[in-house]
Amino acid sequence: MAIHHGRGFACINYPIGMNLGGDPSQALVHSTPDGKFKVTLSSIDLGQGIKSVGRQLAAETLGVPVEDVFVDTADSDTGPHDMGSFASRGTHRMGNAIIRAATEARAQLLEAAAEELEVDAPDLVTDGRGNIHVKGAPSRSVTVEATATAAQFNQGRTLAGRGIFLVPLSEVDSDTGEMTPVSSFAHAALIIDLTVDDETGEVEVQHINSAYEVGRALNPRLVEQQLIGGAWMGVSHALYETTEPYYPDRSHGPIDFNHYLQPGPGDAVPHHISVLERPAPDAPFGGKGPGEMCANPVLPAIANAVFNAVGVECDSLPITPEKVLRGIRANGGARPQGRPGA
Amino acid sequence: MKSPVTFTLNGSESAVFVDSGANLLDVLRRGCGDLSPKYGCGQGSCGACTVLIDGEPHVSCLVLAETVAGRSVETTGGLASGPDLHPLQRAFIDGFAAQCGYCTPGMLMAAKALLDRNPSPTRSEVEEAISGNLCRCTGYEPIIDAILEAAKQRGAA
Ligand code: FES
Ligand code: FES
Repeated sequence: MAIHHGRGFACINYPIGMNLGGDPSQALVHSTPDGKFKVTLSSIDLGQGIKSVGRQLAAETLGVPVEDVFVDTADSDTGPHDMGSFASRGTHRMGNAIIRAATEARAQLLEAAAEELEVDAPDLVTDGRGNIHVKGAPSRSVTVEATATAAQFNQGRTLAGRGIFLVPLSEVDSDTGEMTPVSSFAHAALIIDLTVDDETGEVEVQHINSAYEVGRALNPRLVEQQLIGGAWMGVSHALYETTEPYYPDRSHGPIDFNHYLQPGPGDAVPHHISVLERPAPDAPFGGKGPGEMCANPVLPAIANAVFNAVGVECDSLPITPEKVLRGIRANGGARPQGRPGA
Repeated sequence: MKSPVTFTLNGSESAVFVDSGANLLDVLRRGCGDLSPKYGCGQGSCGACTVLIDGEPHVSCLVLAETVAGRSVETTGGLASGPDLHPLQRAFIDGFAAQCGYCTPGMLMAAKALLDRNPSPTRSEVEEAISGNLCRCTGYEPIIDAILEAAKQRGAA
């Protein structure tokens, strides 16, 4: 009876967005009379961070401080149409829509400032700190706040913008079957180190090493945190979670958190991540977004590592101690596969 | 039948009429309007509703509201003093220890109970203290790190 070490590897190419009749997102941007900007979306933030990233993208495009931008994802009745938060599409689709809306609002902001300063709008620049001034003459300036107030109360002008980003439906070529269902892919490679106890069948993940290519990491801490949390969920799916217990039957299935197994705080796995930044040309400031792929490669990598440790090939999830033990018995004992060069 | 219950909520006296058999979570959220404790499961297994009663952590969904009469209840709603965040709140923000944030109020209260009685806990003591609190998003690691960081900050202050 022994503890066996195993290492497993998996790669992923993950498509951003989907191809069901086209994939649009819309955003609206408008200013308040005191020069703050609101971004209205219909996609929600369920923790992945579109509110933070949308705020950054809008502020960067408008040329105003990030503190002066607010993102409202509250209501799909009153917000503009959006396909939703899924398919790892948020940063890419909504981000592009936000940039377009903010670009239109910025043009109006500069028009209004030009009227206040009695200059031409193309001669104006923003300093990102709440001021608009004549290029090369910082003293000829007006604040964003004063501009917004003047636009509303003197000029009768809105500072607002509409944005839509659409990836049109890709038709299938009837001869070749070829299609272009998505506009960009994110990539990752991941290595799992784990141990398998051949007496209990228990699998313990010890270390995760991964490299993710997600375009530009628009908010590096959020990207890293999303990858850590997602990998935890991958471990959980690989080893613990199921709503469809295979044994003895469905009526033994979990009905609450006491029976639905998940790793707890004591099972947190150290995870070393390298984020590779290769800004994607059609993505907002190059950011594609990690999304679902933060969990996916963990599962095959764990299955491969279990095989490497004891020679058991599990082809259904989760990889429970019982399946591992049955596999070991069917093989007539643990069969460590070894590691080239180890 | 409703009966009056008086207790201290985050340092101020609070008096509410409660249905007999009502649980504390429901009374805090609907009776007192304190929405900081969250409803996750209603059966004591997720920890999202964790509050402190006389300094001890309890899952408020399993506490009969009438039993807190005369006692002191603390929730996340009372953690900050004015604009100054509690060191735990600061550390959670700085350490990106919340994603969807649903578990966060329960985590903060479980962590506060720990730090109040053990100002410099080890990593495994932190794991133990939040072992009744589920988080679906973060993988726990940043939460554990944030609690350890808050302990360090409090020690330094
Ligand atoms: S709601 Fe109380 S423990 Fe889940
Ligand atoms: S941050 Fe979402 S459950 Fe913990």
